[in-house]
Amino acid sequence: MLDNILTIRGLKITAKIDGIDSDIVHGIDLDLKRGEILGLIGESGAGKSSIGLAAMGFTRNGCKISAGEIDFDGLDLARATEKQKQNLRGVRIAYVAQSAAASFNPAHRLIDQYAEAPLSHGLSNALESKQEAIELYRKLQLPTPEEIGFRYPHQLSGGQLQRAMTAMAMSCKPDLIIFDEPTTALDVTTQIEVLSAIRDIVREYKTAALYITHDLAVVAQMADRIQVLKDGRAVEMSETSKMLAAPQEDYTKTLWAVRNFQRREKAFDPKDIILSLNNIDASYERHGPKILNDVSIRVVRGQTLAVVGESGSGKSTTARVLCGLLEASKGELVFNGDVLPLNYRKRDKSTLKNLQLIYQMADTALNPRQTLLQILGRPLEFYLGLKGEEKNARVAQLLEQVELEPKRFLNRYPGELSGGQKQRVSIARALAAEPELIICDEITSALDQAVNESILNLLNRLQEDLNLTYIFITHDLATVRAIADEVVVMWQGKVLEQSTTEALFSPPYHEYTERLLSSVPQMDPQWLDELLLQRAKAEAI
Amino acid sequence: MDSVLWSVGGWTHDRNNVYELFMGSIAMKAILIMVLQRLSLGFLTLFVVSVIIFSAVELLPGDLAQEILGQSATPETVAAFRAELGLDKPAVQRYGQWLFNVASGDFGHSLANGRAISELLASRVGNTLFLAAYAAIIAVPLSLILGILTALYRNSWFDRSVNVLTLSSISFPEFFIAYILILAFAVKIPLFPSLANIYPDTPLGDMLYRAALPVMTLVMVVVAHMMRMTRAAIINVLASPYVEMARLKGLSPFRVIVKHALPNALAPIINVIALNLAYLVVGVVVVEVVFVYPGLGQLLVDSVSKRDVTVVQAVSLIFAATFILLNLVADVLAIVTNPRLLNPR
Repeated sequence: MLDNILTIRGLKITAKIDGIDSDIVHGIDLDLKRGEILGLIGESGAGKSSIGLAAMGFTRNGCKISAGEIDFDGLDLARATEKQKQNLRGVRIAYVAQSAAASFNPAHRLIDQYAEAPLSHGLSNALESKQEAIELYRKLQLPTPEEIGFRYPHQLSGGQLQRAMTAMAMSCKPDLIIFDEPTTALDVTTQIEVLSAIRDIVREYKTAALYITHDLAVVAQMADRIQVLKDGRAVEMSETSKMLAAPQEDYTKTLWAVRNFQRREKAFDPKDIILSLNNIDASYERHGPKILNDVSIRVVRGQTLAVVGESGSGKSTTARVLCGLLEASKGELVFNGDVLPLNYRKRDKSTLKNLQLIYQMADTALNPRQTLLQILGRPLEFYLGLKGEEKNARVAQLLEQVELEPKRFLNRYPGELSGGQKQRVSIARALAAEPELIICDEITSALDQAVNESILNLLNRLQEDLNLTYIFITHDLATVRAIADEVVVMWQGKVLEQSTTEALFSPPYHEYTERLLSSVPQMDPQWLDELLLQRAKAEAI
Repeated sequence: MDSVLWSVGGWTHDRNNVYELFMGSIAMKAILIMVLQRLSLGFLTLFVVSVIIFSAVELLPGDLAQEILGQSATPETVAAFRAELGLDKPAVQRYGQWLFNVASGDFGHSLANGRAISELLASRVGNTLFLAAYAAIIAVPLSLILGILTALYRNSWFDRSVNVLTLSSISFPEFFIAYILILAFAVKIPLFPSLANIYPDTPLGDMLYRAALPVMTLVMVVVAHMMRMTRAAIINVLASPYVEMARLKGLSPFRVIVKHALPNALAPIINVIALNLAYLVVGVVVVEVVFVYPGLGQLLVDSVSKRDVTVVQAVSLIFAATFILLNLVADVLAIVTNPRLLNPR
């Protein structure tokens, strides 16, 4: 107890949901020693972030700490005054948020935001803290550390921002840092750089940390001990190596289990090409930089084609070009043997009907002021001319197809649905047009593991029933392995290779594909060290 | 021009001037192009406004000659007088003539009394701008401070009472507020004069004293709008992750709002301020009439009742130009205060 920096006992957090107080964290105990890293892991809704914020004595709007003690170095943060907490925050406990892009103030330079905590807490002067910032930027391997701080947040990439945010958290040399899913929004190759940077700096300064994530393989690299959470309750806790070797609880084992998703064997004719992209170039501004460069892809009818690559590789742009939302500057699109107009305004209704797109963010893609009946009824009217009873019956049928009970859901608004349910509605909306091909743009990346899997199962079943063709855009290689028949790997606007899934995941690999594959975190706690060592050696040669 | 806008942006930084200069010049070009586009659009708007005003006055029953000579004049005298004033020519020709003169800088003469319009306007414009500036200097800081404070202490009794007060003051017609203020501060407690009659040779202190009541009226009318937009824009930004981050850095609530929320809420606030400043120049007609203040508003009302088309048009053009200019300034400020637009990737 004495060498604990943080001791939490019986922590309960209550949230107001629909006007009723309900517990979201039900009595959690945690111990964190000085200089130790504790991983908090669980699915969304497990209360990880709430616990992380509570460790700073902070709750989000509508939540409150209703019981328990949060002892930080002798001060009970559950009962401390605002002033006392203010004096601790940023100085002795710091926070690194999930999305650095959203958590940096867009109106101020990075270095000013870095210096803000030390200056306003009277720990340093402007010149000194700026020099320290540059030093930390260098240690976190940011490019041009002397200058990068003088830029605004929008001028940096996601991975750079996440490191700059870690530097900001370090600005007062805190005893404890809360990392709240710091790499979740990053793609695998960037994630590695950020993970190793965070780990090195935390080790160097012997800072204690709460590392919150839903990704086991990531936490295995970072944490000394792991606490598993489910629905606001502690499931189990032990040393990382012990936990990985022999998880005790059933729930933990389900987290550990490799995805048991079986792709069905499909019969298809490889010569039956439904869609082909031939030498497509595209850019967002006239004479602007090419976002797509000579992209050629073939899609076989009835297959699932996955398009993978890191952010900025041109995956989503490809989807926009296919839908005609972005007019390709060069090349041609052939759909069912016909050359398609490159701009969707010039396409006829049957083409529009046959090519449907499902967006990544169901939240923003569904009109919040329309009921599901209206949302799904619109494409039925527009494409198929259905009206009245006929339309309503078809909407009910669509909801059944995506496993939502029509009676309960017909008159609901999107705001009343969970993330997974919203994505099901988006799928139903695409199905409403009775398309031949559906483009899925990162549709599972905002969902957690279990929901993710149920969506993939649904897509698989629909494909079988309706003979659909999917283009599945993702950066998650596990999803690719689970669902795709063929894979296209993209990098910097170019297609690096197109091959069957089996061929992609077995050697010999394309050089970049190998880098992508090897960047996917493994359960082995030594994985990050070994990978970095390997890459260092490879570069030395 | 360049150097002025440069200092507005405040982006000269000691450490990397070269980088800034380079980025700055691109943004500067974009701003200049925008200003030029807006100005040319502004001239087009002015032209349309002048056509509308001219037609509207044409449509009014009766004309200047009739108005001056009275009901008893014989048709022959009226006709002769009309010819003398040039009113017998077709409307299009008169409009064309007038437009040509204005374009060459000559507003012409008042049809009613023959004085040069530029001379008529000179003191009136000054008076109206004085009143507007006087009101703005009080109203803008006041509403910003109230907006920040109500956002900081939102849903407290302070917030509620400020909201109730400002909303009530905006809900009453201006002349009502004006008469209430006259009743309270000129009649019951004789602090200020009820008539704001000022002359070109009135000393500044005296002018401030005499215009106190009209200014109070104007302030009460415009504060609610600006203050509520400031409050709403700040509260809107308070939900964003970077504000949560600022709190988690242990900053004081006041600093969180002023340093982190306000700069990101500026664009809508600037726009509302510009609209209200324009209103202070353009919308003061009623207040000027109530307090018999010799500004443009009164001149406009007098000229309309006298069918003095040329003066009405000149005043309307000044009003329209004020609107266009203030909105342009608001747009430029919104860009200059947004680092994303100022510093491309």
